[in-house]
Amino acid sequence: MAEIALEKVGKTYPDGYTAVHALDLTVADGEFVILVGPSGCGKSTTLNMIAGLEDITSGELRIDGTRVNEVAPRARDIAMVFQSYALYPHMTVRENIGFPLRLAGMDRARAAGKIEETARILDLEGLLDRRPAHLSGGQRQRVAMGRAIVRDPRAFLMDEPLSNLDAKLRVQMRTTISRLQKRLGTTTVYVTHDQTEAMTLGDRMVLMNKGRVQQVGPPDELYRRPHNLFVAGFVGSPAMNFLPAEIQDGALRSVIGRIPLTDRMRNALQRRRGVPRELVLGVRPEAFADPRLGGVHGGAEPCSFTGQVEILESLGAEKLAYLTLDADAAVRSEHLADAFQGRESWSGDQLVARLDPASPVREGDELELVYDPDAIHLFAPDTGVNLTEDA
Amino acid sequence: MTARAGTAARTPSEGRRAERRLGWWLCAPAALVMVLVAGWPVLYSLLLSLQRNDLRFPDRRAWVGLDNYATVLTSPFWWQAFGLTLLVTAVSVVLELVLGMAVAVAMYRTVVGRGLVRTVVLIPYGIVTVAAAYGWKYAWTPGTGWLAGMLPAGEAPLTEHWPAVGIIILAEVWKTTPFMALLLMAGLALVPEDTLKAAAMDGATAWQRFTMVTLPLMKPAILAALLFRTLDAFRVFDNIYVLTNGAQQTSSVSVIAYHNLIGGLNLGVGSTMSVLIFLTVALVAFVFVKGFGTAAPGRDPEGRR
Repeated sequence: MAEIALEKVGKTYPDGYTAVHALDLTVADGEFVILVGPSGCGKSTTLNMIAGLEDITSGELRIDGTRVNEVAPRARDIAMVFQSYALYPHMTVRENIGFPLRLAGMDRARAAGKIEETARILDLEGLLDRRPAHLSGGQRQRVAMGRAIVRDPRAFLMDEPLSNLDAKLRVQMRTTISRLQKRLGTTTVYVTHDQTEAMTLGDRMVLMNKGRVQQVGPPDELYRRPHNLFVAGFVGSPAMNFLPAEIQDGALRSVIGRIPLTDRMRNALQRRRGVPRELVLGVRPEAFADPRLGGVHGGAEPCSFTGQVEILESLGAEKLAYLTLDADAAVRSEHLADAFQGRESWSGDQLVARLDPASPVREGDELELVYDPDAIHLFAPDTGVNLTEDA
Repeated sequence: MTARAGTAARTPSEGRRAERRLGWWLCAPAALVMVLVAGWPVLYSLLLSLQRNDLRFPDRRAWVGLDNYATVLTSPFWWQAFGLTLLVTAVSVVLELVLGMAVAVAMYRTVVGRGLVRTVVLIPYGIVTVAAAYGWKYAWTPGTGWLAGMLPAGEAPLTEHWPAVGIIILAEVWKTTPFMALLLMAGLALVPEDTLKAAAMDGATAWQRFTMVTLPLMKPAILAALLFRTLDAFRVFDNIYVLTNGAQQTSSVSVIAYHNLIGGLNLGVGSTMSVLIFLTVALVAFVFVKGFGTAAPGRDPEGRR
């Protein structure tokens, strides 16, 4: 068990490329923290620096208050699970799991007991004498987990451990990892590019982009109160809708109608200086409702607009209605391009509404949607900052 | 009816059979050349080894069965050469393996000037063996050689048995360590970087990572390299021919065969020796492939298990 503290930790390669800029983060003892972001954001580099597999070029890394920048990986007493599992192909499952114990010089009888116990926890008992080549992907993943937990390390580091599994197994292993971490109470840092995984797993999410932390907090907080356009776009599926908007006579003018500024928005905007007239409006798909089913709940007077349903996806528990907007309604922003890198194709001229499955809407319908204006976020187009949240 | 059903069932494979036939046709020219240049000489020397066939006495040619084999296998010269060949092979291959591994790791891990390092290391392998052997010979010749000059005056190492053997081994090792290193470096690439990182995280020191992860995973490459080099070393000829020409009992089996065949013009006995060398080499290859499970070149090493 350990507390991991990163203080202005940075990584600059000899060619001058900076992968991680002065990162500050403290992972509390027993906490489960997720590093998440698009590929190339520096999350894996950060993890490797904690592991000791990459040198730290600036700042200080402390484990339980002791500086470990110069400590070799093997002396940090941290276990790591790799995306490729990195099992030893020439060893049986038993030898793979027992490898750290063997290196630590633990006596055979005690090591055997530990291996058996680990195998029981991970449901690997029948496979102990097999080699990795004869295991399925899920089994290999569990062996990799076993090798990590067998020696009760001070912390776990996991580098996209579920990315090589198929979708169903991934969901299964997600709960297994979550349960395991709670049971062992070991400090864990987990890297993923998958925002769903990040949302469902950790105590806290650290969302990174281009080597910088964008926001740190519980998943729910990143979802409801994103600090900037990147966070707002990255977290949530389907993603938040982004539309251009303009402040005119105390109201917002946008393709989803004229929205009177609520007290919350007014107060937030007033606290900031130099708010541009042109803004990016962000609204989550679930902020919309079909008025035929009772509308929205919220303090403010609901707004409404009408659009044509181009595609309707019925997912059982919900319906996703994709409405076409004017082509010039698309928001162009590099913050959003980063957030949507490698994800579902995002076209800015569409609006997604998540509706109650009881809604009688059909494809091609002209649909009236109502929404609570307080659910709207306003972002500065250039800096991407969320103007309706306190910085 | 059944016949037609059978034909019908085989029809889908018609395209594949045509493809296979085409494959044979494409191979045929190469196979034919191999039979002519390799197959026939092997067969011919086998036939010669069963004859009394001395070019100095062409009239006394006759089929003598295994007489030549009895002559060679009871000859102390043959066994002396055989023992020396085994010694040179064993010592030089072991040294090459150790040095080659060190060079391979150095080449693999070099970050700066990787191309230059690899090129420099490969230079000995790029020099013609005979030329290099003359280089060593002059270097060890008293009066002219830079290496002999470092010895006390009057020492002529190439004229004494053990120093000469040592120099032969040195020349062999110097010449083929780069080849070994090259093969082993390909083996190093078989070891996934993540696996080594995992071992580091599991608490392995650099030496433990090398012995407990790298070496076992490289085993196929190491065995293949050992096989190639053992076969090659057993046929050692050029270095000995130039350095001592077999004097001071430094003949290898190839050198003694050469002396009987070309020098002595005794085709029968010379061929017998060649056949015996061939059989030994075949035996070594068989032991490597069957005994150690060395993957033959081109075979998937994973497919063995």
